Amino acid sequence: MRANPMALLEVEHLDVRFPLRRGEIRAVRDLSFSLQRGERLGIVGESGAGKSVLAFSLLKLLSRPGRIVAGTVRFEGRELTSLSERQFRRLRGNRLAMIFQDPLTTLNPVLTIGQQMIESLKAHRRLSTRRARIVAIDKLRQVQVSSPERRLEQYPHQLSGGLCQRVVIAIALLLEPDIIIADEPTTALDVTIQAEIITLLKRLCDEHDVGLIVISHDLGVIGQLTQRTLVMYAGRIVEQGPTREIINDAQHPYTQGLINALPQMTLPRQRLHQIPGSMPTLSEVPSGCAFHPRCAYRITPEGLPRRDCIENVPEPVRSGECQVACHWVAELIARGPAEERAT
Amino acid sequence: MTQPETLQTLGRAADTPEPLVSVRRLRKRFALHPERLLPWRFDRRQRGWRRERIHAVNGVDLDIQRGDALCVVGESGCGKSTLARLIMGLVTPSDGEVHYDGWRIDHLNARQWQPFRRRMQMIFQNPYASLNPRLTVRQALEEPVRIHHPDWSRDRVEAKVEALMDDVGIDNGWGDRFAHEFSGGQRQRIAIARALSVDPEFVVADEPVSALDVSVQAQVLNLMMDAQASHRLTYLFITHDLAVVEHFATRVAVMYLGTICELADADTLFARPRHPYTRALLAASPRLDDAFPGQLRLSGELSMPLQAPSGCVFRDRCPHANRRCREAAPTPITLDRGHQVACHAVEEGRI
Repeated sequence: MRANPMALLEVEHLDVRFPLRRGEIRAVRDLSFSLQRGERLGIVGESGAGKSVLAFSLLKLLSRPGRIVAGTVRFEGRELTSLSERQFRRLRGNRLAMIFQDPLTTLNPVLTIGQQMIESLKAHRRLSTRRARIVAIDKLRQVQVSSPERRLEQYPHQLSGGLCQRVVIAIALLLEPDIIIADEPTTALDVTIQAEIITLLKRLCDEHDVGLIVISHDLGVIGQLTQRTLVMYAGRIVEQGPTREIINDAQHPYTQGLINALPQMTLPRQRLHQIPGSMPTLSEVPSGCAFHPRCAYRITPEGLPRRDCIENVPEPVRSGECQVACHWVAELIARGPAEERAT
Repeated sequence: MTQPETLQTLGRAADTPEPLVSVRRLRKRFALHPERLLPWRFDRRQRGWRRERIHAVNGVDLDIQRGDALCVVGESGCGKSTLARLIMGLVTPSDGEVHYDGWRIDHLNARQWQPFRRRMQMIFQNPYASLNPRLTVRQALEEPVRIHHPDWSRDRVEAKVEALMDDVGIDNGWGDRFAHEFSGGQRQRIAIARALSVDPEFVVADEPVSALDVSVQAQVLNLMMDAQASHRLTYLFITHDLAVVEHFATRVAVMYLGTICELADADTLFARPRHPYTRALLAASPRLDDAFPGQLRLSGELSMPLQAPSGCVFRDRCPHANRRCREAAPTPITLDRGHQVACHAVEEGRI
């Protein structure tokens, strides 16, 4: 998480709040991460973890009363949070593109696919309609839409869900962005189509050197699509590291719980491992480590409550290739070498 | 009530125990544009008026044995939800028969249905929509108990409701809250409690965990498996999530465009899938271990079955399709231990 001059996108100490009549919802708290060119980054967490708010705040799409209270978002070294709406509009869609969950609600139902694609091309580039049409057809071909010329004349409701999502991806690619943020891009799709979209996104990122941020609650999708993963809980990153490491050897108790709860992790017909309790609402986040009321390690091996967990927010510590924000893991690491010395 | 019909006439093998639910040649067609004044369309080629209909379920034969957890999997639009609704009598079949415990139930009126409603219950996908927003949890749970046991005293009903809430892990003190005050997982538990309130023996669950997060999904699946053991339930479980199927099912039916293409015990199906569609589906589902098995990838999507298809329903996406597949619909063949596959290529030993 060191300031890296090469990073394509760099987020530091981001804090997003929704002031409400009673109290305040802190959706994203002191969150830092960076994205390199061509890198595929995953953000996992359950609903209410603040994943989508994070994505929206990166693109300055937060709806009122939500606002970025503190922190910086730098894109190629340029500060984004202080840009005016007008300045941001030149970046959004152009350099930073977004793919939303439900392709049918993303597309405008009363415009043809062609009108929507050509509209956004002409808004950002000085292109003739004819030229824009050629670009649009080319992009549709890239996402493997069959007979693209005909698709341009069709309305979204005439296309199936998978085809619509391809069109949405083609629109995101239109202006050759540097970063694509995909919020649950395959959740509304069937597995066979999901597999195709995953392959497609992977290929496009490699070919165009695009940085991809994928938000998903599905560890299977994250595991196949991304190289690095952030795990979010109650607005904070609890663990981040290479996706392989996180799936095979999760350190944070929440990540472990999340992975162990998957049906694949238990023999058929056996009881699944479940995390006790449920995700706190973002207006009533527990003190200290937000996960502590659900965590088995808030009690020390001696049977005493671990005071740190209840009182202090854990700082991320380095564990192998991962960064983990957990007092228990920190303690293990601190103790580890000492024990080795003793033996 | 109708007379119990014998199932012997349907050619059931003598050694298998009598199934709890039995479905024969079940079909359901929906009108494509029910709002139109003229639902017909002139077909130039055939020089006649044709009604446009979707063939949602197309000749399904299925037996559900007592104690089974039968999962029906398939992509959206394959007719799995319609099948569940047909069995529950929520839509009337266009053709075919549904038998429950020896009785034919597909053409009963509301009154005749009532004794079966107590034995068959349903859990829906979206717990936000399936609970009445104007009832408290207690009222929602009392309602079915009162309807089906009009002779019970108030105390007895209340005791039953308390026991139900305990069963599904909803705090008794929350009985006076409304559905919107609960999270998705809690609501789904309330919906499960409501289904269990009349002590059914058969529960149909239509995508009960699809709207839930992983950790909540684990809680709800555990609850459903516990309930199966304690209430001796038989499940028909509709889902598109193969990981859930592998975990939950004892038996699996794979559906494609309104027909069942493979039916087998869960461990057989996952260890030795035979139908090309089942194989493709298994290959496509994301796994935690690296990369795709990558043998079979499907292209194209499920089409809408506007006409009763000629030949095999899967032929357009199947890499093994030949002329016979285009011309004749495959009939299910039984391999071993009740493993049924409807595929010409498997029958001929081509795959």
